[in-house]
Amino acid sequence: MNKLKIIIIGNGMVGYKFCEKLKSKSDSFKLIIFGEEPRRAYDRVHLSEYFNGKTAEDLSMSTASWYEEQEIDLHLNNPVVEVDRAAKTVSTSSGEVYRYDFLVFATGSSAFVPHIKGIEKEGVFVYRTIDDLDLIAGYAKNAKKASVIGGGLLGLEAAKALIDLGIEETSIIEFAPRLMPRQIDMAGSEMLKSMLADLGLQIYLNKNTSSIEGETNIGGLKFSDGSELATDILVISAGIKPRDELARKCGIDVGPRGGIIVDAEMQTNDPCIFAIGECALFEEMIYGLIAPGYEMAEVLASNLCAQSKSFKSFDMSTKLKLIGIDVASFGDPFINEPDCRTIVFENKHKGIYKRINISNDGQYLLGGILIGDATAYNMLLQTSVNQILLPADPEELILGSRGGEQVGAGIESLPDAALICSCEGVTKGGICSSIIDQGCETLDDIKKCTKAGTGCGGCMPMVKDLMLHTLKAQGKYVRNVICEHFNYSRQELYDLIHIHNLKNYDDVLNEFGQSDGCEVCKPLVSSLLASLWNEMILKKGNDTAQDSNDRFLANIQKGGSYSVVPRVPGGEITPDKLIVIGEVAKKYNLYTKITGGQRIDMFGAHLNDLPIIWEELIAAGFESGHAYGKGLRTVKSCVGSTWCRFGLHDSVSFAIRIEERYRGIRAPHKFKSAVSGCIRECAEAQSKDFGIIATEKGWNLYVCGNGGSKPQHALLLAADLDSETCIKYIDRFLMFYIRTADPLTRTATWLNKMEGGMEYLRNVVINDSLGMAEKWEAEIENLVSTYQCEWKEAVENPAIRKRFSHFVNAPEDKDPTIEFVEMRGQKKTPEWKKV
Amino acid sequence: MTETTTNWLAACRVEDAVENGGVCVKYGEEQIALFYFTRRNEWYATQNECPHKKQMALSRGMIGTITDEPKVACPFHKMNFSLKTGECLSGDECAIKTYPVKIEDGTVYIAVN
Repeated sequence: MNKLKIIIIGNGMVGYKFCEKLKSKSDSFKLIIFGEEPRRAYDRVHLSEYFNGKTAEDLSMSTASWYEEQEIDLHLNNPVVEVDRAAKTVSTSSGEVYRYDFLVFATGSSAFVPHIKGIEKEGVFVYRTIDDLDLIAGYAKNAKKASVIGGGLLGLEAAKALIDLGIEETSIIEFAPRLMPRQIDMAGSEMLKSMLADLGLQIYLNKNTSSIEGETNIGGLKFSDGSELATDILVISAGIKPRDELARKCGIDVGPRGGIIVDAEMQTNDPCIFAIGECALFEEMIYGLIAPGYEMAEVLASNLCAQSKSFKSFDMSTKLKLIGIDVASFGDPFINEPDCRTIVFENKHKGIYKRINISNDGQYLLGGILIGDATAYNMLLQTSVNQILLPADPEELILGSRGGEQVGAGIESLPDAALICSCEGVTKGGICSSIIDQGCETLDDIKKCTKAGTGCGGCMPMVKDLMLHTLKAQGKYVRNVICEHFNYSRQELYDLIHIHNLKNYDDVLNEFGQSDGCEVCKPLVSSLLASLWNEMILKKGNDTAQDSNDRFLANIQKGGSYSVVPRVPGGEITPDKLIVIGEVAKKYNLYTKITGGQRIDMFGAHLNDLPIIWEELIAAGFESGHAYGKGLRTVKSCVGSTWCRFGLHDSVSFAIRIEERYRGIRAPHKFKSAVSGCIRECAEAQSKDFGIIATEKGWNLYVCGNGGSKPQHALLLAADLDSETCIKYIDRFLMFYIRTADPLTRTATWLNKMEGGMEYLRNVVINDSLGMAEKWEAEIENLVSTYQCEWKEAVENPAIRKRFSHFVNAPEDKDPTIEFVEMRGQKKTPEWKKV
Repeated sequence: MTETTTNWLAACRVEDAVENGGVCVKYGEEQIALFYFTRRNEWYATQNECPHKKQMALSRGMIGTITDEPKVACPFHKMNFSLKTGECLSGDECAIKTYPVKIEDGTVYIAVN
């Protein structure tokens, strides 16, 4: 049978989504895509992350093999240049002609560039594609001052990108009297403006740029009010322009201000031609957001498969994080009195602005704006979209209840039709049914079953709440069970292993589990065994139950080589030991780098070389740094009173004492520490799981801080402690954490989930409210006294050492597929091989 | 009659294999991951390269089961593959090659053609 041919012009997010959706519904079409860019479809929503470490490949919507596997012909770098509607063919820039049965425009939009004198100068860019970003990054190297024209969503994203590129002075120029004029009101804009100013951005509102100054390269901007601004680079982000030129050329109807006119089935005036995404004009509206674009893709895919579906004007509510600041608007954010009543909450100290618009009878939520704190967004959006009756005191929706009981609209009050995941169009009813009818009991199950949360992921907290609520309503006792092999929580299993005195993974599985384990329960049980008994982790058949890194006592790196990280307690190291590290690294051709934890990483070791490298390091007095384990990493220190003229106590000695005390202890997750010799805090102790700062009278102990993706300051647990008391409190704190935290939960998250929070923790640790202090101190003492360097045991034990070879049948041979390339005089791994 | 045409590679001795884990076998330019699932008294062999990011790593992965289907999890990104069929169990389309295994006189053999 001949398949119907669909040609898709454009390979952006919506075009990709259309192919995915159509392929999942039917196999009776042959899809051919023509893209102008050289890359597969990528995530344009998170474009600014390209400057934040993500690669073009990370942003890609699919693997390279996806198109092949789906039997879709993908032509990149080959735009369609002409459409012959009579012959039903397209011609491409490379001169080929293809016939179609249906043609889909998914051409998206380009940046709208206003006519400003001097716009052609070097150093003026738009912000739209990865190529644009590469150009900006290249030019920005020599720029000190940057400007962005456009204070809308994309303009602010572009400004963030410029900050990420290291430009210190960045200005935003907006023609309107406020920022994000389509989403937020004047008061919200003022709040946002002052927060952005705090971050070092200059904001100019009511500014009309009249010319771009400079010779061949941009040097500054001139405004219609006569003022000027010096700038080395300019990014224009003043709106979008639908890419309708091709459609226009072949006689498809377009709107007076651009956009390919479509009906509710996405059909143009030619019945065989369709348009979706930002190039489509529906009811005189261009939809510049991803969710309506995906919905258009869904509507068209359904209709092509003879499932009737129509596009309805789409809710333009948005929630995003701009440079770390929550901004959200929903429903009708701008409706004013007398058409409604507004409730406004403003906290300039914390940078929070919230506004809700409610109907005059006080019954319904019509819309609103949230700045600085958008945690209530999902709930408010649902309340307004589904016309849920408001509680008597609707202000509590944005202020939180002050009476204790939770008020108003919880998830249970949402109707089944409430749209929870707008990217994939999944309703509350759909999610609940996946739990009730199809037996989903985890977030992963629900994701697989409904696709909810697989788009932007913003709905996941709500999906989780729905899951817990629905499971509870079904009378299921909701516990964080480990996996299908253990119907216990981590805490329960900890006690069971302890009481039954079990010493290896298989015994635990035989006694309390079922079937044959997996990569979730194996490392978890191994960690419990290590926390409890502190035996060499690779003994007693426990080697293969260890996490991949623990199994070879080293972190596996891209390409399959390993890293070597000896412990450098407190960051103090002698010249002789530095020389040894240098010599070993040279001998085994290792890449060296100073870590954030004040020690030295050596990368690129072959598995076979690990034992001999460690043998040499151990002979020089080094020991394992446990960089591979879920346990203590480093205790950073400043130089303290031994050298520093401000230092109050000897922070280095105390850091070494602490690092040597807790080294090797396994915990639910890694943990870090630091000791600062005075309040200048050079060791950054307040960003650690536990941090210590010297005071005139002793030590202040801070706990549960975190750097990483979600930084959180540590909180003061106790002040002015002597060294012994400080250590006693850390002992109790750590044991409490090891005993009760969920798997892979850092101390910060552990505390955030703890009922009663810091007050409760302080009560447990300082006042011994659980009566466990003595026991915990003894347990830690036992772990401290049984510590042994794992690497020393590994190199001395022939049975363990034997496992450090790549080939079982050629123990001398190293993995020949490991390759390195040169960079700045050292080696590095090549990029991931293309799949 | 297949027995006569099968090319069996003598991979290693049973005691050289890792209990409830994997080892890597060199076969010319190729690498084969050999798993001794001791708990189930089963042997499996697959390609050593994880197709997700093309890493020679599956022999270092953790083995286990999902609803009683034996599987291996790649140490890089925890991509799961069935040890029986080679099928990817993490929702991706990529599959891995599997090889028959037999034990004779304490030696592990892998069928390599």
